Amino acid sequence: MSQNADEHGHEHSELGEMDLRVRALETVLTQKGYIDPAALDVLIDTYQTRIGPRNGARVVARSWVDPVFRAWLQTDASAAIASLGYSGRQGEHMIAVENTPVLHNMVVCTLCSCYPWPVLGLPPTWYKSAAYRSRVVKDPRGVLAEFGVTLPEGTRTRVWDSTAEVRYLVIPQRPKDTEALSEAQLAALVSRDSMIGTALVTVPTPVPALGAPS
Amino acid sequence: MSSGASGTTPQATRYVTHADLGGQAGHGAVLPEAEGELFHADWEPRVLALTLAMGATGSWNIDASRAARETLADYAQLDYYRIWLAALEKLMLQRGQLFADEIAAGRMLHDAVPVLRTLQAANVGTALAKGTPTERPAASQARFAVGQWVCTRAAAVDHHTRLPGYVRGKRGRIERVLGAHVFADNHAQGLGESPQWLYTVVFDAAELWSDQGRQGIGDGGGNGIADVSVDAWESYLHHVE
Repeated sequence: MSQNADEHGHEHSELGEMDLRVRALETVLTQKGYIDPAALDVLIDTYQTRIGPRNGARVVARSWVDPVFRAWLQTDASAAIASLGYSGRQGEHMIAVENTPVLHNMVVCTLCSCYPWPVLGLPPTWYKSAAYRSRVVKDPRGVLAEFGVTLPEGTRTRVWDSTAEVRYLVIPQRPKDTEALSEAQLAALVSRDSMIGTALVTVPTPVPALGAPS
Repeated sequence: MSSGASGTTPQATRYVTHADLGGQAGHGAVLPEAEGELFHADWEPRVLALTLAMGATGSWNIDASRAARETLADYAQLDYYRIWLAALEKLMLQRGQLFADEIAAGRMLHDAVPVLRTLQAANVGTALAKGTPTERPAASQARFAVGQWVCTRAAAVDHHTRLPGYVRGKRGRIERVLGAHVFADNHAQGLGESPQWLYTVVFDAAELWSDQGRQGIGDGGGNGIADVSVDAWESYLHHVE
């Protein structure tokens, strides 16, 4: 599409343009007293280092090992998740949906990009893309194939379109042969995509017995 | 471009959203991305933070900001944070908080208009933790119960709405009653919160797509091989047998 022979250089000049435009806006808003630039730094740092999918992974792992927590998650996910310290903006009203051998859940926002920020952080680009938003409600298995996921034939798919202020967290199935793993080790297996419903949780390599030399 | 002398060309005032993408063809493959990839340019996190900080001033609500984004004429051509930036500028220009000459000059040229509050760095954590809950005390009994069949509104509306086009005029089943919530359609238009009962309504894929050559097998509302649900406010729904 670009007629520019030096694509790298072109990209740089365009990014520079956007950088300048955003910096200019920030200057005006600061001068007007609408924003505190230090607050912007805190906001960015929060979503880069504190609020991300590791939060959700801890929720999933807890639900795998603690039947009381799992039941709480089903009846009042907002409270159960808040008990682990995750609540607030874009996660005010949470529902956890559990995958089973016969049911696979997926989450989308076809109208914009609604996403459970306190447990998953900021949405990935693909979640916000026209491709995902347009197709997953119509061809969930086709979308899953693009993530390298094939479901057993009899499995029902269920797509949750987040059209209001309720936010959905998928609880993936616990992989087999993980009884020896600790809660923290289980959480490390849980990917962001598995909590949106575009991945399954797997154990990448054989798990060494606890205490065995690696 | 120009309307007739009467100035009442319907197209001139019709609300058009460019964001209602469910079921649309032609958008290509989904491109998965690694978990750590949050931003693709240095300005993107600044746009995110500017949008959140200006949202915190209370100058508009989230539904008004969604309306500002989805009605951008070049929505389909813009990537995500460019949509956010364009909508942020639009919301501020509309309110006299920002002027085009200030965007061009990169400095303040007009007096500030007062905002309700400014988000300070020390308060970011508290503000994010508090969020903006939308559930409200119910003023009436819920009209629908779990298991009931409903049909969604078939007509398009001339304002922001959260009923996607692909479920308009479709038969589904009430799966959950989610409480009374701020009604996005009115909230976006500055008509107040007008809380309404909110429901999860589940549809069989066959009900949604059978006229487009896709078949599901099921009872039409939650027992098919492929089901899709939306969260729908009460006024989007009517009872069917």
